[in-house]
Amino acid sequence: MITGALRQTGRLFALAAEVSRAIFRRPFQFREFVEQFWFVAGVTILPAALVSIPFGAVIALQVGSLTQQLGAQSFTGGASVLAVVQQASPLIVALLIAGAGGSAICADLGSRKIREELDAMEVMGVSPVQRLVVPRVLATMGVAVLLNGLVSVVGTLGGYFFNVILQDGTPGAYLSSFSALAQPADLYISELKALVFGFIAGIVAAYRGLNPRGGPKGVGDAVNQSVVITFLLLFFVNMVMTALYLQIVPPKGG
Amino acid sequence: MGIEVVVEGLTKSFGEQSIWRDVTLTLPAGEVSVMLGPSGTGKTVFLKSLIGLLKPEKGRVLINGVDMVNSPERDIYETRKLFGLMFQDGALFGSMSLFDNIAFPLREHTRKKESEIRRIVMERIEVVGLLGAEGKLPGEISGGMRKRAGLARALVLDPQIILCDEPDSGLDPVRTAYLSQLLIDLNAQIDATMLIVTHNLDIAATVPDNMGMLFRRELVTFGPREVLLTSEEPVVAQFLDGRREGPIGMSEEKDAATLAAEAGAAGTAPPRPRRIVPQLEPSPGLPPRRAVARRRERVMSMIEQLPPAARSALREADARNAGAPTLPMPAAGSGA
Ligand SMILES: Nc1ncnc2c1ncn2[C@@H]1O[C@H](COP(=O)(O)OP(=O)(O)OP(=O)(O)O)[C@@H](O)[C@H]1O
Ligand SMILES: [Mg+2]
Repeated sequence: MITGALRQTGRLFALAAEVSRAIFRRPFQFREFVEQFWFVAGVTILPAALVSIPFGAVIALQVGSLTQQLGAQSFTGGASVLAVVQQASPLIVALLIAGAGGSAICADLGSRKIREELDAMEVMGVSPVQRLVVPRVLATMGVAVLLNGLVSVVGTLGGYFFNVILQDGTPGAYLSSFSALAQPADLYISELKALVFGFIAGIVAAYRGLNPRGGPKGVGDAVNQSVVITFLLLFFVNMVMTALYLQIVPPKGG
Repeated sequence: MGIEVVVEGLTKSFGEQSIWRDVTLTLPAGEVSVMLGPSGTGKTVFLKSLIGLLKPEKGRVLINGVDMVNSPERDIYETRKLFGLMFQDGALFGSMSLFDNIAFPLREHTRKKESEIRRIVMERIEVVGLLGAEGKLPGEISGGMRKRAGLARALVLDPQIILCDEPDSGLDPVRTAYLSQLLIDLNAQIDATMLIVTHNLDIAATVPDNMGMLFRRELVTFGPREVLLTSEEPVVAQFLDGRREGPIGMSEEKDAATLAAEAGAAGTAPPRPRRIVPQLEPSPGLPPRRAVARRRERVMSMIEQLPPAARSALREADARNAGAPTLPMPAAGSGA
């Protein structure tokens, strides 16, 4: 049981290493990349935008109510923006990339595997990792970064709307607290997180897709597992990255 | 010229299940070989091991000095470019049209212009009789058409080693006859080493230079066609005659009790002597197969070690060929 889990982990890392190497190997599969990017973006953008408005609002309301009780309303803007940009946004992105993009990638690769398409490709001297997995992983990474930017902006606007319109905050206080607390590094870490999450989601989806057990039923199981495994990994990695960031980068307000 | 494939002591199992043990054989360069065997004896697994898709636990597969089992992945990928493999189920890319499927190896491995690619692909499509279907997706054509498209894709890079997994399954008898001729013509044209896995007795009788048989987790025999076609070995004889009496049962093999009962049963007809049909010749207009001369030399040098029946069959075939040495013979069965 434990050795099994360790072996799987080892293979997952081996795939990650292989993909990282294959990214730099020519010829780059540009067309496949564009198609996949378009596809993953297509299935994630709308849900991301729709989720981020209420999410931004919830955070703005919660933070607003807390700061009110503490008598620090003027900091509502900055605090909620930071919460959105640093935590909410990468996680929304992670959920969508894994749930919508990763599951489709896993199902696609899995069904190709059981139809022997991947074997046929290997037999023709074409590496499925380079030909199919690399463009997909790069696509999930690219879309994650793009989506993260989108969610941050939409979430922040949603927060602004709720804070200023519904909680009687003032636009001036919102903006000045923002510039008092936020710094460019907050955005960088947010995008870095998204990049890493995109990579993990792509690799896990590809790994489970390349190794389905048995027939079509196996592909279904693989998709299910890939989403669950990705979630677990992403929440864990998020915790580690957040902790490191808070340790390493000095907060601006302090 | 084709490349010799040397298999040494290959052993493969999946977990507890042993598939075959200690398979040793040599596919002579440029010759056509057939691997027979009842369903489920690991013929497909054998083909996939030759090309390095499956990794046997023991043994080597040597091609140009590269071991397809243990060599570094990079060498294996390079060596695979010498291969054309026709999968049992076609294994076409479901999202691409037949044309794109067949053009895939050309687009990946050559820098040919699109017009050049179009010419080569359409030529192959015509050879396998799929003209008019090139725009269809694999899901929109019949199983037999998929197989033929798979063959066209395997041939498009003029491979030096061609592996065909049951080229006849899903094809009607007429198409199978055409296919047999196609394989021989191909061999005459590009002198590739070929291994065909099949159950089809017509293909087995008319196409190969060499034959082998897998049964009961072993390679029962492998050698010149005359040796198998005259073999007294019960498994081989049963298979070639398509009889029920013998060691092969419905589920892989019979147990001892059934066999004993069968042996005791009166009236089991003695096997009829098999007639060896002449091998197919390339279609008129094509060059003679260069493998024929090489094989004659090879076989004649080992003729003393062969069983008497095989020896006389070989001498007979030799005399027949010597009768018309250079003229393209009006080949038996080549009208198929
Ligand atoms: N990937 C695999 N995992 C586990 N067992 C396998 C695998 N592939 C094949 N086998 C087993 O190996 C045995 C041989 O299979 P194989 O497909 O080679 O048979 P075959 O000789 O090609 O039969 P057929 O003539 O019906 O195509 C079967 O018992 C099968 O269950
Ligand atoms: Mg098979």
